[in-house]
Amino acid sequence: MAIDTAQDTQIRINDFSIKLANVNGTGSASANSLLMQAIFRMGIPVSGKNLFPSNIQGLPTWYEIRVNKDGYTARALDYDLMVAMNSATYEQDINDVREGGYVLFDSSWPLDADLVRDDVTFLGVPLAKMCIEHFAAPRERILMKNIAYAGVVVALVGLDIEVVSGLLAETFAKNELLRESNQNALRLGYNYAKESFECPLPFRVEAMDATKDSILIDGNTATALGCLYAGATVAGWYPITPATAVMDNFIRLCAQYRREPVENPLPGELPYKNNYLILQAEDEISAIGMVLGASWSGARSFTSTSGPGISLMNELLGLAYYTEIPAVIVDVQRTGPSTGMPTRTQQADILLCAYASHGDTKHILLFPANPRECFEFAVQSFDIAERFQTPVFMLSDLDIGMNDWVVPELTWDDSYVPDRGRVLNDADLATMAEFFRYTNEDADFVTPRTLPGSDEKGAYFVRGSGHDKFGRYTENTDKYQEVVDRLKMKHASAAAHVPAPIVERTKGAEVGIITLGGCDLAVREAIHELAELGVTSDYMRVRGFPFVPEVRRFAEEHESCFVVEQNRDAQLRSLIAIETEFPIESLHPVLAYGGFPLSARQVVDGVLQHLEKKS
Amino acid sequence: MTSIAKPVIPFVTLPKNELGLTIRDYEGAVSTLCAGCGHDSVTAAITQMFWELSMPPHTIAKLSGIGCSSKTPTYFVRGAHGFNSAHGRMVTIATGANAANRELNYIGISGDGDSLSIGLGHLAHAIRRNVNMIYIIENNGVYGLTKGQFSASADIGSRLKKGEPNAIAPIDPILLGLSMGATFLARSFSGDKAQLVPILKAAAAHNGLALIDVISPCVTFNDHEGSTKSYRFMREHEVKEIETDFVPIRKEIHRSIDVNDATEITMHDGSVVRFRSVPEGYDPYDRQKVEEYIRDRRSRGEIATGLLYVDEQALDVHAMNNTPRYGLNKVPYEKLCPGSSVLKTMQESFR
Repeated sequence: MAIDTAQDTQIRINDFSIKLANVNGTGSASANSLLMQAIFRMGIPVSGKNLFPSNIQGLPTWYEIRVNKDGYTARALDYDLMVAMNSATYEQDINDVREGGYVLFDSSWPLDADLVRDDVTFLGVPLAKMCIEHFAAPRERILMKNIAYAGVVVALVGLDIEVVSGLLAETFAKNELLRESNQNALRLGYNYAKESFECPLPFRVEAMDATKDSILIDGNTATALGCLYAGATVAGWYPITPATAVMDNFIRLCAQYRREPVENPLPGELPYKNNYLILQAEDEISAIGMVLGASWSGARSFTSTSGPGISLMNELLGLAYYTEIPAVIVDVQRTGPSTGMPTRTQQADILLCAYASHGDTKHILLFPANPRECFEFAVQSFDIAERFQTPVFMLSDLDIGMNDWVVPELTWDDSYVPDRGRVLNDADLATMAEFFRYTNEDADFVTPRTLPGSDEKGAYFVRGSGHDKFGRYTENTDKYQEVVDRLKMKHASAAAHVPAPIVERTKGAEVGIITLGGCDLAVREAIHELAELGVTSDYMRVRGFPFVPEVRRFAEEHESCFVVEQNRDAQLRSLIAIETEFPIESLHPVLAYGGFPLSARQVVDGVLQHLEKKS
Repeated sequence: MTSIAKPVIPFVTLPKNELGLTIRDYEGAVSTLCAGCGHDSVTAAITQMFWELSMPPHTIAKLSGIGCSSKTPTYFVRGAHGFNSAHGRMVTIATGANAANRELNYIGISGDGDSLSIGLGHLAHAIRRNVNMIYIIENNGVYGLTKGQFSASADIGSRLKKGEPNAIAPIDPILLGLSMGATFLARSFSGDKAQLVPILKAAAAHNGLALIDVISPCVTFNDHEGSTKSYRFMREHEVKEIETDFVPIRKEIHRSIDVNDATEITMHDGSVVRFRSVPEGYDPYDRQKVEEYIRDRRSRGEIATGLLYVDEQALDVHAMNNTPRYGLNKVPYEKLCPGSSVLKTMQESFR
């Protein structure tokens, strides 16, 4: 088949996007990430976003690859190539391709005439037929179809077939049969495309040198690595999408790096002991209870969950706040409310976490933007939780947690010493006349604690009921208020210890854009596009709560200040307004909350709409 | 919870334990529960147990949830570390604490509301995990702090003070424990310290979760005619066919064995639990027979008390997870962090 209408003749190098439409449970994920990984290996900035259903098999699923030489790899909404492998979604998928773009489909079956668009080019490859001819086993015929279309894409966008082939060889290093089938399928598609189409298409890749010091990693793996390096020994958790892989990875990493050999094991005894204990709890209430128990006992302990889990944990989070017990909670946010869309992303737990539990509470939040920050912030979460003796939430999300990101290689400083906070040991207690739990505060309003098992002098009663600074039960107004007032000041003190905001200023900027977390790349790209349209903007990404004074100053300095985030109710905007007392009406929300990662166009549109309204 | 510090009065004549401490050293604050509350008797038995076992107070971690029962850890062993948590959640915190530091002696005090209603799920799973701790349910069939509602352990037909009968089937923690794989199950009566203290000592020696259901009458809301958790009902319906002695490891050699046909169980620490009397055909190792026995007694309106079931061979949470013998909170950081070179090497597979 020849290309019918070659409308797009302008050649674009390392600047395009592909969307792949599949049926979930058919093995397409490995073919899609193979393409993404190959682009990464060719040194080109790339992202891969898996847009998948909450289902095991049979429903539509998509994968988007964005290639951008300048590193703008947020989700694109213009697709140059649609790999349409799911006939059930043909109509929508064909509709999604940009004018002048291309559709790759399986021509084993004819395409319905109604679906044909004049302004895009259809590339038919009889993938199913080819695989039936070349492979015998039914399951193999389905699986190899994926690698075959990957082969077609390799040819179409000019990927180095040797790089792709090498990746397959690594993946199936231990399985010769699979290795051969995969290589055959790859060549099958590749050769067909080379023979049938003018390859490569006008948009294509060329090797670069931009990913040399980078790795490809998802946020959940990076978070687990952070917890490993921070020295966490106890974890309590309950499985939940999209957080499950945090603990899956932590379990795997602990089994690899936390086993201590036993000399001369007894008969029947394993030759090692586990310097960790990971408890799969009966629910998230229990999971956070376990974390509190372990942290009370002086172990670094954490849980990983998503919004529904935080809802359940609320009661004990208040207990931890009021009794001043450290805890690290990783919240990989998904789309709410209620069950919501478990496989879609959102940043809608900001207020839930900031004020979790009944009564007056305030918590410390960290907002990583990518897997590298997941690693770094996970470690910092433990330091801050123990320094301030309080729960610390790390708010990741599904996009960061479950997608592979290109980030600079993770580094570790071997001189790092964990900040265990103010803990009195028996020697300290021996020098004291008396110990009372909530006295002797430092400049950050933190009081020293003891651990269970310490000398009798340090024994005290942790209680969630009203207590005075001596840790004794009280129903007295002044004594109660003295403690909760100190807690408020302690929380405020943490502002200087959470990761500082990232601020980038441009001379003459009138517009300020505040954002957080995974909005980072889309907002940066939007600022670039806005500049081309004559709108100069400054950038601030908040990375922690409580806020430093700079957050309010940034808002004050800009005549038009926008807050870009992924939730319906502009939660970051509210939090800034509540906590800095900056007038909320002067912060303009730009919101995307449909469940897919943010794209620059949504930000540009939101900013321009407001500016036009104003003028 | 309100509490009043107990004046420390030196009683020169009081006997001392192996640590040179008197029973006063194992007491806590003055109880603020109602006069005659069964829970105070349980507190006294716990105090006695720790003193007799010569357990250093600072090695004890006492935890509770919310309710009348959960107030009681304030009333024993003031030198122990305590945690009064949230309603029904005690054992989740005890599980985490035990995970982090297995070297302490954990005792959790709970009630029938705390354990059989709001915290039932946690109790069930703590039993399955076999967390090494003493778990006491001070069971009075009623909510005291909220003034007299039925709890999940109230028997069908038992009546509130105002006369309304309970229509819902009760949860029996012992039968529940048998079905969940519990490894130590006992029932006692707060009014019977002579029975309760040896059971508590055996529970302390047990390697796993030792669940003790103590019928502990509520004098204010559930001690009337028509209650099945009253002092009178218990005195009339308790069946004590199963009687046990606890023989501590260090004192064993000084004791003469004067009981014929006694069943002995050697506990994890080497101490011995001796069944002085059991009904014919009763086997404290046999889950099914124990269940049949309890059900049979129940069908006759009787409440069987004593150390009912023991499995000393089962793995506890640490053995299941192959952790070291020392607390995980004592592992130095250097052993926990793989360091920069490992991170560098590891990332070669992320390309």
